[in-house]
Amino acid sequence: MKQEQVPQDQENLNEGKLAKLYYATDDKGNYVKVNSIGWEPETVAMQQAWDVVNDEVETARKKVIDGEASPLLYWIKKNIMTTGMVAAYASTFGFLVRLHCKPFFFNRLSKKQLEKYAYTFRISVEELTDIERLKKNDR
Amino acid sequence: MTVNFDHKQSAHCESGVVSNLLRFHGMDFDEPMVFGIGSGLFFTYLPFVRVNGIPGVAYRIWPGQIFKRFSDRIGIKIERQKFSNPAKAMDELDRMLDKGQPVGMLTSVFFLDYLPAAYRFHFNAHNIIVFGKENGRYLVSDPVMEHTTDISYEDLARARFAKGMPEPSGRMYYPLRVPGEFSVEKALWTGIKQTSDHMTRIPMPLVGTKGMKYLAGRMRKWPERIGDRKAILWLGNLIRMQEEIGTGGAGFRFIYAAFLDQAGHKLNNPKLIDLSKQLTKNGDKLRDFAYYAGRVCKNRKSDTKTFAELGDILEECSQQEQAIFSELYEVSRSK
Repeated sequence: MKQEQVPQDQENLNEGKLAKLYYATDDKGNYVKVNSIGWEPETVAMQQAWDVVNDEVETARKKVIDGEASPLLYWIKKNIMTTGMVAAYASTFGFLVRLHCKPFFFNRLSKKQLEKYAYTFRISVEELTDIERLKKNDR
Repeated sequence: MTVNFDHKQSAHCESGVVSNLLRFHGMDFDEPMVFGIGSGLFFTYLPFVRVNGIPGVAYRIWPGQIFKRFSDRIGIKIERQKFSNPAKAMDELDRMLDKGQPVGMLTSVFFLDYLPAAYRFHFNAHNIIVFGKENGRYLVSDPVMEHTTDISYEDLARARFAKGMPEPSGRMYYPLRVPGEFSVEKALWTGIKQTSDHMTRIPMPLVGTKGMKYLAGRMRKWPERIGDRKAILWLGNLIRMQEEIGTGGAGFRFIYAAFLDQAGHKLNNPKLIDLSKQLTKNGDKLRDFAYYAGRVCKNRKSDTKTFAELGDILEECSQQEQAIFSELYEVSRSK
């Protein structure tokens, strides 16, 4: 890649925080370091990955509002986690986390267990159990 | 206490951390040198390792190996630590910072709030250096960032004790002793030999250039096998593995080409410089691949023809790399 060819696409997801470093060649074929603010294919691929995540979050939100799932499911998806990861953070078991994704079991959780889950997602217990907020949160 | 830390941006986190840490200890190794001597370049296709149902692809050696190989070859003694709980790990970090010792560590990208939100997936093998503490916030030299930044105690503790695969478990490391004398030449040749050997001579279909060829073959059938939607997701993942932070396929080819260029000048070996130019061309081709793949992803339409064409480009890359690294092996085997 030539120095001038290093992509500088304005449309990117870097929020101006990041300009990645590339190794490119100058006229004589020697390597120089060049910063790049973004490249379209990469942005497309990243956006695609986030679209999948956002779709899952939205599906989970609808399920919670319809009463098919507990808010726990929404927060798991929101934090791009898996039940196994949540179990590791909250020091419990994966099958219990999956069970707690059902409203029936979630509503019977102790304060202590709720605190563990809230800690996992870095929110308060009130936020964790608040379904009304999810209803308003129409993206 | 803060020390005078010279931060330089790099393309890859692990080689960048090693380069920055060693500069602090008075050894000047540019990032490509670290990457080359540590034999960072590789390729594996891991269809049986699924992340969210998407097969894994790596354009590099697994995390931690670059540093290990590099320090073995140069003769640096490293202290590595691993902790059972965050408080202990942070206390030990504070103790090292008080001594004026910058510390490299493994973190999860998800909790590093100075990175753009779009990058913050659960990737647990990102390397950063913490070199000081000011007003309760830790000063961070993240090699992919242009400048140094800072992070709060809580975020750093979370990042160091992220769960999932692989768990960082608060791992941190710093050089204990740097050698007075060492042979760069020998290290250079050992690094080149290992990379070229692993790329071309491992008799398994999923690693090295064979792996790339295998992936090219499999890719052609993706739309038929798994359907349009999934095929595009898998292709998108391939681009991300190729170009995103901490990974980077074409990017790695360029770093390695830069290494061969530098090594060629250092060893006075025109053959290496020639091979560096060839590898640059191959990196360009991989970028073309990502470009066309990106267009397929953007249009969200896939037909077998486009996937077959993409497969062709990748296969061409694998053939070229086979030629380049075979030649490199011939050059380095007698050294």
